Amino acid sequence: MSPFPADAPSDLPGPPWLRARRDAARERFRAADPPTEAQEVWRYSRIDELDLDAYSPLTPGTGDRLVDGAGLGSELPPALEAVAAAVGERAGLVVVHNGRVVRTELQPALAERGVLLGTLDDDPAGGEDLVGSVAAAPDFFVDLNTALMADVVTVRVPRGVAVERPVLVLHWVDAAGSAVFPRLVVKAGEASQVSVVDHVASPPELAAFVAPVAELDAGDAANIAYVGMQELGRKVWQVGYQTSRVGRDATLNSVLVALGGEYARVAADSRLDGLGATSRLRALYFGDGDQMHDFRTLQDHDAPKTTSDLLFKGAVEDHSRAVYSGLIRIRKGAAGTNAFQTNRNLVLGEGAHADSVPNLEIEENDVKCSHASAVGPIDEEQRYYLEARGLPPEAADRLIVLGFFEEILEDINVTGLRPPLRQAVASKLEKARLETAALRTSEPETAEAQPAPLGTGTA
Amino acid sequence: MSLLEISGLRAGIGEREILKGIDLTVSSGEVHAVMGPNGSGKSTLAHVLMGRPGYEVKAGSVSVDGQELLGLPTWRRAQAGLFLAMQYPVEVPGVSLQAALEESFAASGRQRSQVTELVRHEAERIGFRQQLLTRPLNVEFSGGEKKFNETLQLGVLRPRFAVLDEIDSGLDIDALRAVSRRIEAATSESDLGVLAITHYSRILHELRPDVVHVLSEGRIVASGGPELAQQLEQTGYAAYGVEQPAGRAEAQPLPENPFADPFA
Repeated sequence: MSPFPADAPSDLPGPPWLRARRDAARERFRAADPPTEAQEVWRYSRIDELDLDAYSPLTPGTGDRLVDGAGLGSELPPALEAVAAAVGERAGLVVVHNGRVVRTELQPALAERGVLLGTLDDDPAGGEDLVGSVAAAPDFFVDLNTALMADVVTVRVPRGVAVERPVLVLHWVDAAGSAVFPRLVVKAGEASQVSVVDHVASPPELAAFVAPVAELDAGDAANIAYVGMQELGRKVWQVGYQTSRVGRDATLNSVLVALGGEYARVAADSRLDGLGATSRLRALYFGDGDQMHDFRTLQDHDAPKTTSDLLFKGAVEDHSRAVYSGLIRIRKGAAGTNAFQTNRNLVLGEGAHADSVPNLEIEENDVKCSHASAVGPIDEEQRYYLEARGLPPEAADRLIVLGFFEEILEDINVTGLRPPLRQAVASKLEKARLETAALRTSEPETAEAQPAPLGTGTA
Repeated sequence: MSLLEISGLRAGIGEREILKGIDLTVSSGEVHAVMGPNGSGKSTLAHVLMGRPGYEVKAGSVSVDGQELLGLPTWRRAQAGLFLAMQYPVEVPGVSLQAALEESFAASGRQRSQVTELVRHEAERIGFRQQLLTRPLNVEFSGGEKKFNETLQLGVLRPRFAVLDEIDSGLDIDALRAVSRRIEAATSESDLGVLAITHYSRILHELRPDVVHVLSEGRIVASGGPELAQQLEQTGYAAYGVEQPAGRAEAQPLPENPFADPFA
């Protein structure tokens, strides 16, 4: 991977503190060795194929028309409109076009109660306490994001305020050949409550590179529900980072959904930072064609009596691949901790492959930990049971795969998102089925050219 | 009137032949019981009829009204009118009873929209708790609830022939009665033909068979009326030349005085 970008603008915008952080991030980025698959955290990935120089960064400094929101008026692209419609009534909306915030809405009643939604410019405090507050540890792509991000979407909920309906953040990436760096910071004050749906999509044929960073900060006794949905086109590369800090008696419920992208990675870290903090981490991913989904997780217990419960479920069709690699770290002093990690993968295509690598690192005695992982095809017994009730195999498989994901869908608090996600899973299965059928109809020609060897026929 | 005809059926797993030539004909409305000890091939018979993967058919025929089933995949056999109530119904996480039955109806050209009402009606009829209807199929069901669920599906799907593989296991006496009443009703209401495979004669007090067959080492060694089940109850399988597998024999009667001095 080549260094990127050699010609990055040096006059990055923002207040002095932000410019200082951007400069520092860019210096770290320039000094760092680019990631390679030889490194453990990039093992099984496709990072060696990434050529950052093939993309042009869209930053405010470039003055590119693509970042000023041109071309995206009050009408949302249909893909985004569908998400907004599924969510239904909402607390607020932010539309982000190629990394630049082009539209912000917030219920006036919430604004009156001090809820802030928008960019750093909209934040009276200037946002210095937001950016990088959770994503503190240096990371190659986080640094790149910090240096080159256009706008920071900020969601700030004051102490004691409950935002009942979801806040919707819709990203649309439609600049061909661009590198886009979405940034979201959610800061939930003490005993507050907020639900955020963070959705990213792009046109089907567009090639781009997206490196989003989401920072979630749940203050003491706060409750954050986060749904991160990725429905990018098949030529988009994504290297994303989601990081959360969960305070005393606070709760994070996170559900990640990955359906699109060519290679789409999310590293998701959750730091349980205060006594009694809880993280519930979920993911649903489904690849077909030549897609690859890649998840790296860290459940980082840094306080006593904390709980983390991770369940990631994936499926791979056709020639797609998936990787899950996760670590539970229980630091000294995090006594009385419960930590669970489960990863299950359905392998639906003969050319498909999934890797699952769970890990534990425990420095404390009084803890309850478990991890489990599974990679395998559809259960024959389940299929036989349904077939015995008269279901054709494709109908049985569809129900079994949908049923497999149902456990994750039920954890999406924004219930309106469940039906379209079921539909998305079903249409992926249908597409694969039609392609297999098309292959079968072309088989006789092959058979004629190469007669099957004797003894392999079945009656 | 329909016929389920099994003739010269030989099947097994790999090289091992388990069914060594089965001939059996069930007419619609009849109840046939197949009794046999462990290892006689009872469950193999059930699964070979339904076409479970992993079994190999060497010879013979299974047909419903002349339609040969042995070359068909499982779901086609079900669509042809055969139902198997399984001994161990598997859990299918995330899949509702309703969704499964709707797919089955759709595949056979019946109206999906009928399923809800049929399920509700059947559940009421056998006393199946309504709360269980919304749970994923068999997930966290007790043994008895699973058997109720099988019976409920039988009622909704209305097959021509039902193979019941140890339907009585896991059922207490009241549940056994409720399940048996429903199946018996189906034999008169919809002319269901039944092949009840069982180890114990217990169910045959509730589900009164027209014909009883004794299965031993892959063959039917005796067939008769309901009196055959009664005889079996008194004599055990040994009377039919069936040897109990080692370790499963009936407890030996105690000696007259178990504390007597053996050296006396």
